[in-house]
Amino acid sequence: MTLREVKEILDAEVIVGEDQLDKEVHTAFSADLMSDVLAFATAGSLLLTGVTNPQVVRTSEILDIAAIIMVRGKRPSQETAQLAQELRIPILSTKYILFETSGRLHARGIVGCIVKVGERGDVRRDKV
Amino acid sequence: MSEETRYEDFFSVEGGNFRNAGQVSSRIKNILKELGCNSDMVRRAAIVTYEAEINIVSYAKKGFIHLQAGPHRVLIEVSDEGPGIPDIELAMQEGYSTASPMVREMGFGAGMGLANMKRFSDYFDIQSKVNEGTRVVMQIDQAR
Repeated sequence: MTLREVKEILDAEVIVGEDQLDKEVHTAFSADLMSDVLAFATAGSLLLTGVTNPQVVRTSEILDIAAIIMVRGKRPSQETAQLAQELRIPILSTKYILFETSGRLHARGIVGCIVKVGERGDVRRDKV
Repeated sequence: MSEETRYEDFFSVEGGNFRNAGQVSSRIKNILKELGCNSDMVRRAAIVTYEAEINIVSYAKKGFIHLQAGPHRVLIEVSDEGPGIPDIELAMQEGYSTASPMVREMGFGAGMGLANMKRFSDYFDIQSKVNEGTRVVMQIDQAR
């Protein structure tokens, strides 16, 4: 699925990265806790979050996150948007709550970047 | 380590400067990519350095990150001039945190930082003296 389709499904506003809507995405991770994002999110995934400060962009850069989807109508601070521009990480804003955002994307084929966490490593989708 | 090391550098991190938190980790990530480390090593090294950087910014006056790296092994030594950790065993427990509301607002401070650093390192050591500072050594090896 392209970011353009994600935008349409979520009735989202593109705040950063209008020129990157052809980017392909297949997986996602939803969380507000950046330490959990660091622990579990994988490269190339969408990050669905309610966090709007610059650290969400830094975290995404560290992990090579494909795009940030801000939920519940949240919008990035000016500083956050500026950093995202610089680092070329798209930010979309949707009014759907996190549960709805995740569900709508999942129903259309986007899957979790991991399925569940495990004591001996996380369970990836290809191992279910 | 010595014959493996192809790159060595020191970075300083300013305590309390939330705006720049993560900059050093970004640089280290790019350095390791250029050195030819594989994506798993780059990812793990960037994650542990980022958590360490967040800790320096959140708690210390200043800190230093010493990077020694080769294509198959990365050694990261983080030391700070901070309050120190009175009970390391307690601090290592997931969920234990003394973070300020500001740190929590950023999406950190949930007591996951040190646990994440250990989780993604192949070798992890932490030493701390109250009122002096904390030193963390982390090694990332290429998976065999």
